[in-house]
Amino acid sequence: MSDPILELSALNKFYNPGSRHQVHAVRDLNLAVEPGEIIALLGSSGCGKTSTLRIIAGFEEASRGAVRLKGREIHKLAPAKRNVAMAFEGYSLYPPLTVRDNIALALKSRRAAREEVEKRVAEIAHLLEIEDILNRYPSSISGGQQQRASLGRALIRDADIHLLDEPMGQLEPQLRALLRGRIKHFIKERGLTAILVTHDQTEANALADRIAVMEDGELQQFDAPDQLRERPANLFTGAFIGEPPMNLFTAQARAEGGALSFSLAEGVTLSYAEDAFSPELRALLNQQSAVTLGIRPHAVRIAQNGAENDVPEGARAEVYANQWLGDQSHVAARFAGGSIVSVEHDRTRYAKGDVIGVEIGVDDLHIFDANSGVAISHGGVVA
Amino acid sequence: MDHAPIWERWLRGVALILVVLFFMFPIFWILVMSVQTNETILRSPPSMAFEPTLQNYQALITGKLETQAGSLDIAFMQNLWNSVLLSVCSVALALVLGVPAAYAFARHKFRGSEDIAFTLLSFRFAPPLLVLLPLTLYFQDIGLADTYVGLIWVYQLICLPLILWIVRGYFEDISPDIEHAYRIAGHSWLSTFRRIALPLAGPGIAAAGLLAFIFAWNNFIFALVLASADKQPVTVGALAFVTASGIQYGQIAAAVVLSIAPTLALALYAQRYLVEGLSLGAVKG
Repeated sequence: MSDPILELSALNKFYNPGSRHQVHAVRDLNLAVEPGEIIALLGSSGCGKTSTLRIIAGFEEASRGAVRLKGREIHKLAPAKRNVAMAFEGYSLYPPLTVRDNIALALKSRRAAREEVEKRVAEIAHLLEIEDILNRYPSSISGGQQQRASLGRALIRDADIHLLDEPMGQLEPQLRALLRGRIKHFIKERGLTAILVTHDQTEANALADRIAVMEDGELQQFDAPDQLRERPANLFTGAFIGEPPMNLFTAQARAEGGALSFSLAEGVTLSYAEDAFSPELRALLNQQSAVTLGIRPHAVRIAQNGAENDVPEGARAEVYANQWLGDQSHVAARFAGGSIVSVEHDRTRYAKGDVIGVEIGVDDLHIFDANSGVAISHGGVVA
Repeated sequence: MDHAPIWERWLRGVALILVVLFFMFPIFWILVMSVQTNETILRSPPSMAFEPTLQNYQALITGKLETQAGSLDIAFMQNLWNSVLLSVCSVALALVLGVPAAYAFARHKFRGSEDIAFTLLSFRFAPPLLVLLPLTLYFQDIGLADTYVGLIWVYQLICLPLILWIVRGYFEDISPDIEHAYRIAGHSWLSTFRRIALPLAGPGIAAAGLLAFIFAWNNFIFALVLASADKQPVTVGALAFVTASGIQYGQIAAAVVLSIAPTLALALYAQRYLVEGLSLGAVKG
């Protein structure tokens, strides 16, 4: 791997330091971004993702730690000296200027040639579908249009890194899907490096090469989207990534006569052949008094229903909701003292009160430490 | 379009006329008085039939007041000039000091910033007379009594808090991210303040400046105590018309007309800013 273009090391941010209302917004964050990568900071609101972005931009001071961009220590520099571009969540267009002048502002202040400015504004406007509003003023256009203008103002610049704060929050779904593809193509084609902040998993998955999942100021996992889904590092990432969320159950593992079984609540037991699990994992599970099992709803298979007797006891669930979303069904059932959701790709006819059998393959089993939440294994292999 | 029934529109018109009459009548009456002699003003019953004369204005401008008791020198033009000088300089100084301070209070919360801002506002709470007595003594000691510099300094008690608090609100209304966006595009803090914050708060600064000017212009007590005749503004100078041989109503009226003229002209000229400024929300992020 080449040298990272952006490096955050042991970054900490405290708001109101020393007061009773002190907030530790970013905790010991280490992050390295490779040149040409698109990174998403994903998390719920208040998780520290926007604070991190604003520290990189220079609008917030890092309480501790360092930010290096292209090998330069930038965390003590004024924003103007960092060579960073940013699209703001609140658009922040300059009201007395037209959309065109807003987008061109940075180029003009660098005294770029007039033809070049015009050419690049036209290109960006075409990309973001805002050609028709270039001569309008920010107060006379919609929120979605302002957001695209603000995005254009950031993307037009030749900065070392582009920071995009919730860049598509205000766009209509169709436009969002279209622009996602175009913006990704634009960034990749020009070899730009970008960090986007979002709480929308779909957006993060579609745009980012790697996603940094944050919670409570702490980095939970920094990995490619498919890795986050298949190999979550801990219970938080497991439960946070994926829609609908992962089904979770507390269980005790027990090895007996060539089988490894997990006892869940209400006498439910999931049994698997012992050799489906690697020896190291079996040794590990032996030491655990309790584990948390996680199963993605897409991996929960419903055994053909029918009479109550056809379903093996211990894997029985009682349907309490069945939702058809237009392209998939979410079947929710009472299972092992909790609830289990299964995603079916066809319209299903399960009705409230139906008894179904639940099948969970070994490959789809995520096992977490019940106390620390750290992942123990994914699909029968130690994590 | 107005869909109100005809009688409602009529009623509204009548109400408007009444309000306008109520506020405009004194000004109209002063205008009428200013072109009459003392004799026609003091007629009983009052009458609108008189021969207009410009002798009141003439007396003010030449500085010679002719009464039955003889000729009297009045320094009205000097007073008017003093008013202009004091008000313009005070507002200019208050803007130079107050706008950056307002920006600092709006953007940078530091330890004690609220307390300082509130202390500055509290200058407006204290009765001027309470401040004046010690101030007079100090000013005499340090040689600032009866100087323009001293008066302009004291006028900051009127102008500075006003400008600080009004302008601060405007700066707070501007989304900091608008400035951030400009700064990150390679501009310094100072150029962001000059090119983004100042123009966006422009209407507010104009409105605050105008208000401060009117307050400074109308001030009476500071100059009455701290200035002698040659430094006094019109508000104090008007006392000169209360002469031994009677009150010169005609000249007073003419003086009032002349002294409200600059502020009126300014207010009319800056009406757009005043309305835009005082209605806030001119900046949407």
